[in-house]
Amino acid sequence: MEFRQALCKTLTELMEKDPRICVLDADLAKPNGTFPLYEKFQDRCFNAGISEANMASVAAGLSAYGMIPFIVTFTPFASRRICDQIAVSIAYAKQKVIIIGTDPGITAELNGGTHMSFEDVSVLRAIPTMLIYDATDANQLAQALPQLIEYDGPVYVRIPRKTRPDVYKEDYEFKLGKADVVKKGKDVTIIATGTMVYESLVAAEELEKEGISAEVISVNTIKPLDEETILASVKKTNKAITCENHNVIGGLYSAVAEMLCRKYPMHLESIGVQDEFGQVGKYSDLLKAYNMTPEDIKKLVKNII
Amino acid sequence: MNNLEQIAKEIRILNVKCIESIGAGHIGGSLSIVDVLTALYYKEMNIDPKNPKKEGRDRLVVSKGHAGPGVYATLCHKGYFEEKELYTLNKYGTNLPSHCDMNKTPGVDMTTGSLGQGLSCAIGLAVGSKIKKDNATIYAIIGDGESQEGQIWEGAFFASHKKLDNLIVFLDYNRMQLDGYLEEINDSGNMVDKFKSFGFDTYSIDGHNIDLICETIEKAKTVKGAPHMIVLNTTKGKGVEFAEKAGPNCHSMPISKEALEEAIKGLK
Ligand SMILES: Cc1ncc(C[n+]2csc(CCOP(=O)(O)OP(=O)(O)O)c2C)c(N)n1
Ligand SMILES: [Mg+2]
Repeated sequence: MEFRQALCKTLTELMEKDPRICVLDADLAKPNGTFPLYEKFQDRCFNAGISEANMASVAAGLSAYGMIPFIVTFTPFASRRICDQIAVSIAYAKQKVIIIGTDPGITAELNGGTHMSFEDVSVLRAIPTMLIYDATDANQLAQALPQLIEYDGPVYVRIPRKTRPDVYKEDYEFKLGKADVVKKGKDVTIIATGTMVYESLVAAEELEKEGISAEVISVNTIKPLDEETILASVKKTNKAITCENHNVIGGLYSAVAEMLCRKYPMHLESIGVQDEFGQVGKYSDLLKAYNMTPEDIKKLVKNII
Repeated sequence: MNNLEQIAKEIRILNVKCIESIGAGHIGGSLSIVDVLTALYYKEMNIDPKNPKKEGRDRLVVSKGHAGPGVYATLCHKGYFEEKELYTLNKYGTNLPSHCDMNKTPGVDMTTGSLGQGLSCAIGLAVGSKIKKDNATIYAIIGDGESQEGQIWEGAFFASHKKLDNLIVFLDYNRMQLDGYLEEINDSGNMVDKFKSFGFDTYSIDGHNIDLICETIEKAKTVKGAPHMIVLNTTKGKGVEFAEKAGPNCHSMPISKEALEEAIKGLK
């Protein structure tokens, strides 16, 4: 299933049950899959047009009036474009708004550099109280949304719009704040997030054939970070890398390094965008361009063990 | 058909061919500004395709940066680069990305794509030209959907306060944005009145009449002490029947080989 279909389907169910839920878009309701909601919930869907900053603070006002607003736009416009509105109207004012950012990092593909956010996690992670969730697959997203509503604080969700390979089986149970060990191993820990969980699994399975046993952790929430699961793994392997579809500055690499520095100092390597800007290209081209393919992951793992 | 109209047709054909080469793209908002681009590059702007960074040249900021393919077709026709480059649109490693990039494409004067920012950039260029006293004219094209961004109005205040009479802004008033018609999404009302009330020297004309666009630019240049707003009443997807018919859905569309042939036939 496409992520945006899962988003629309789950929001439909949630809005039917909870009259406080509102959805706001900024002229991207069609590409982001929320457009069908406007038919069904006419009084609770608002297209602000191309005014993201306005949309964010309107959502804060709705929240202050007891509603639970979701705001939906491309990741660059859901983060850096409205950083101050998120910091002040939403987070500092303690308003519960759920921000859905679509097509993070290289999944922006042909929209190119201006639309390719490699810094959305960095800028929002530094805002107190924000929860940052990088979705792994559409099934997980569907389970996460109701739990994100329950979370006490503002939320930022990163999702591709279209289909990515499934990582989790039917019987998977998502628990907010908990990382998942998606493959067990003993030689090295690959700590991954979002679409990079799949690429890490591909790498880990190939490594297994070459006699290297890699444990793969899907982090889910970059903030708060599930320290326990990560520490349990690295204490066993003593070797680790992170994998993210984001700049390594301020993203998952930083979050894990900050934590390990305090609790279990060790060498940590990174797969991710090494402080570069985005560009146009297909997902596969960009994965190669930023050295983020399963092949690159394997190479890095072999380098550190 | 006069010479400029002939050129606009050829640019439209290149525009559709360019998008067809990658299979889909922002056709609607590109075609809606081809006539103003023709007026600017073939009549009004002091530029040199052999020396794209010429000192003191006139400059254009396409604030609605998703109209890249329309801009690239025009620059290619004008001789800034070879036609084969046009067919690298949006391919990995291209110099023609989906949104305008001043560091990649010869002839592009400002990087845009995040809507609302380009007008302010044009204001900066206009202030720069005043400081240097080089008599350049700075042009900007903004979208009507784009005008929902607060930054457009922050810029409008400032340009007017600074009496930037070397700044000519075009509003591509095609009355459509991405999700639908402006009037369904967030109607901005009478844009001419709005800019007038912000202190602009305003005009509202047929955005597909190239001679009229040129005349209006000349007239605007004689008005001193205020920035100029020329509202171009346009049709999104102009000149390509299936795009015009698609209405707001022509914002970004797949273009097949057959569709390209149909478009060329219609334009000839
Ligand atoms: C800040 C920002 N928000 C959203 C977008 C996505 N987007 C690209 S084009 C577009 C619609 C533009 O409408 P309009 O300005 O009327 O342009 P036109 O009709 O000429 O294509 C949108 C929402 C963007 N590029 N930048
Ligand atoms: Mg428009």
